[in-house]
Amino acid sequence: MIEQYVVQASTYAADIDNVILLIAVLTGFWFFAAQGMFFWLLFRFRERPGHKAEYVTGDEPDLKRWINIPHILIIICDVFIVAAAIMVWVNVKQTLPEADRTIRIVAQQWAWTFVHPGPDGQLDTDDDITMIDELHVEVGQVYHYQLESTDVLHDFSVPVFRLKQDAIPGRRIVGWFEPTLPGHYDIQCAEMCGIGHGLMGARLFVETPEQHAQWMRDRGEILARAH
Amino acid sequence: MASQNENFFLKYFWSTDHKIIALQYMFTGMAMALIGGYFAYAFRMQLAFPGAEIPLVGVVTPHEYNAFVTNHGTIMIFWVAMPVLIAAFGNYLIPLMIGADDMVFPRLNRLSYQIFLLSAIILVASFFVPGGGFGGAWTAYPPLSADGAYNLTPLGASMWVTAVALEFVAFLMGGINFITTAMNSRAPGMKAFDVPIVIWFIVIASILFMASVGPLIAGAIMLLFDQQIGTGYFDARTGGDPVLYQHLFWFFGHPEVYVVLLPALGIVAEIITVFSRKKLFAYKIVLYTAIATGVLSFFVWAHHQFIAGIDPRMANIFTVTTVLISIPIAEMCFVYIATLYGGSIRFTVPMLWALAFMAEFLIGGVTGIFLGASGADIYFHDTYFVLAHFHYTFFPIAIIAVFAGITYWFPKMFGRMMSETAGKVHFWITILTFNGIFIPLFVLGAWGQHRRIYSYEHFPDLWELQPLRIFATTCLVIMLLAQVIFLVNFFVSMLRGKKAGNNPWRANTLEWTVPSPPPHGNFETLPVVHRGPYEYSHPDHDEDFWPQDAAPAAESAS
Repeated sequence: MIEQYVVQASTYAADIDNVILLIAVLTGFWFFAAQGMFFWLLFRFRERPGHKAEYVTGDEPDLKRWINIPHILIIICDVFIVAAAIMVWVNVKQTLPEADRTIRIVAQQWAWTFVHPGPDGQLDTDDDITMIDELHVEVGQVYHYQLESTDVLHDFSVPVFRLKQDAIPGRRIVGWFEPTLPGHYDIQCAEMCGIGHGLMGARLFVETPEQHAQWMRDRGEILARAH
Repeated sequence: MASQNENFFLKYFWSTDHKIIALQYMFTGMAMALIGGYFAYAFRMQLAFPGAEIPLVGVVTPHEYNAFVTNHGTIMIFWVAMPVLIAAFGNYLIPLMIGADDMVFPRLNRLSYQIFLLSAIILVASFFVPGGGFGGAWTAYPPLSADGAYNLTPLGASMWVTAVALEFVAFLMGGINFITTAMNSRAPGMKAFDVPIVIWFIVIASILFMASVGPLIAGAIMLLFDQQIGTGYFDARTGGDPVLYQHLFWFFGHPEVYVVLLPALGIVAEIITVFSRKKLFAYKIVLYTAIATGVLSFFVWAHHQFIAGIDPRMANIFTVTTVLISIPIAEMCFVYIATLYGGSIRFTVPMLWALAFMAEFLIGGVTGIFLGASGADIYFHDTYFVLAHFHYTFFPIAIIAVFAGITYWFPKMFGRMMSETAGKVHFWITILTFNGIFIPLFVLGAWGQHRRIYSYEHFPDLWELQPLRIFATTCLVIMLLAQVIFLVNFFVSMLRGKKAGNNPWRANTLEWTVPSPPPHGNFETLPVVHRGPYEYSHPDHDEDFWPQDAAPAAESAS
């Protein structure tokens, strides 16, 4: 459902879309059933001359069934929704697969600083590549991110990954993603962070291994010239 | 009872009469709604036409945009929904519907309104201090809200917190009155299950409010200290925790949804029974589901914080409790729909509003499941999907149910009928444009559009959706213009409307047994109750309504 609007660019994007689809189907059924019943009753029992309303207390077993059976069915639907939601949640937020690479994301009013590991693949070494408002990642690699904030709350949101995580000053929050689809996409700050909140976007570049290696070489040259 | 020859000022501004206080709350709430609507106009126009000179507003800067968004939310919830739904209807209806001459603490009641008015003045004044109104979102999360260096509204932020805290004090006093009055002052013969549902629901809402507001008042005071005297409750640099505030806020914030929902549901229950000439289907189920919802609402707050950096394991527990709340709410929806079965439904203006509440609230209800389910919330959190969802709950609550209540009790309040034709025109324009505003916003949310952004020009993936934003804004402008029809109808009917008589809707509850408008003291002789509030179309009675205080046939014959 969501993939028709926003492409799926991470391994877990499809899982999240499937939970959304499941909820849409189950709640959609109840929504149309209830609205259908509602409008039918409005039509069927509209005021007509010579018709008096019935006296119904709601304790009649044959009428109460109309409440009790849906009631039980809704509990069953809830079980499916909760199970599906928790399964995805545990995979996305609670478990941390082994990382191929680790990046650091520092949020501040009103910019994103992305620290990428350089050619050595290690963070916090001399060849780290630091970019403002540009994140470069390679498809098929499992990334850990270390999310920090230097001032207020921010939120690292990447719709194509179906990823969202608040950044909190004083904490380093670790999470993961694995990109699957090359392209460039929006990164948003999704937590109100002051007057520049509306400007706090960034771009995500998901690159093939060749593109990524080329980018790393280019950055290395710029870095070498600067020294 | 007060003397009859009090002057105009004492009668309308210093009154202890619950009906006058109710109208004070109602008119203040309506005035605040106009301000909140103006803010919505300002920021929706900016979204549709970024950077343009907006008529009656001017160019909206990002700073002003944030202040408009923040205070639109704050005003509509705390200064419109709360005062009109709970304070105005609670004050007006509780004594009249339970057969009492007034609230048990009339002067506390007056003080409650005065503090509320003060809080409203402080909030509006915050727009005129240096730096302008607070713009850190209606949730006011620290550190942004705690430090003037971050939010750039050092005075506005403190005035905002002060106003909110005072407003809660006012409603605590009101709540004490509502609960005590409903417990102690019921007419002889009115047993627990003879109390009209709207009264039950306002009382349950008041209890929920009292039980949940403490942590938030504490949070507000701590925030004020952080802002003004340099404490660091929410400052990580001094060992505080910004997330603590979120817990304090949402521990109140989620029950608050039901604090305003329940009175709205109560109003709808009164109206659908009267205009379908039906007994409420399964009174006790309605009552028990409301209590169950209220209790559950204390255990769901962290679903607002799934991705806020709380322990991810906690999200699983809160997903279960949140999805569980769908059970009593769905049950309540079914029971309301079942009430229509076998009825003789008259589509008067109040009935149209009440039915619209049921149809629209259902959309708000089912879309909530997407957000309560943690796995789906990762995507939808802080998007326009959330925004559209809660407007599909809050708009039915704060606007549709309020219009239902006002059009239904207007004859009682002012002794005259409102125009049905003008009412229907106003109803259809408002309902159609409401859906026209928020259905596009669901689509934008599904597209990943995040909230509180003053212009989407900076987000290439979202900018192409501009036609949807323009459509929503157009609908909003039409909706706001349509409110003129209501205001004209309201004030013209107040002066020139057809005389209503005591009981124009042929309803059962006690407020319809007294003159319209009721005199100070309400009842000439206090009524005695013989039956429940919803004995419509009873087989043992000739007429299709049977007032609660009408003596049984055997007794009146003797």
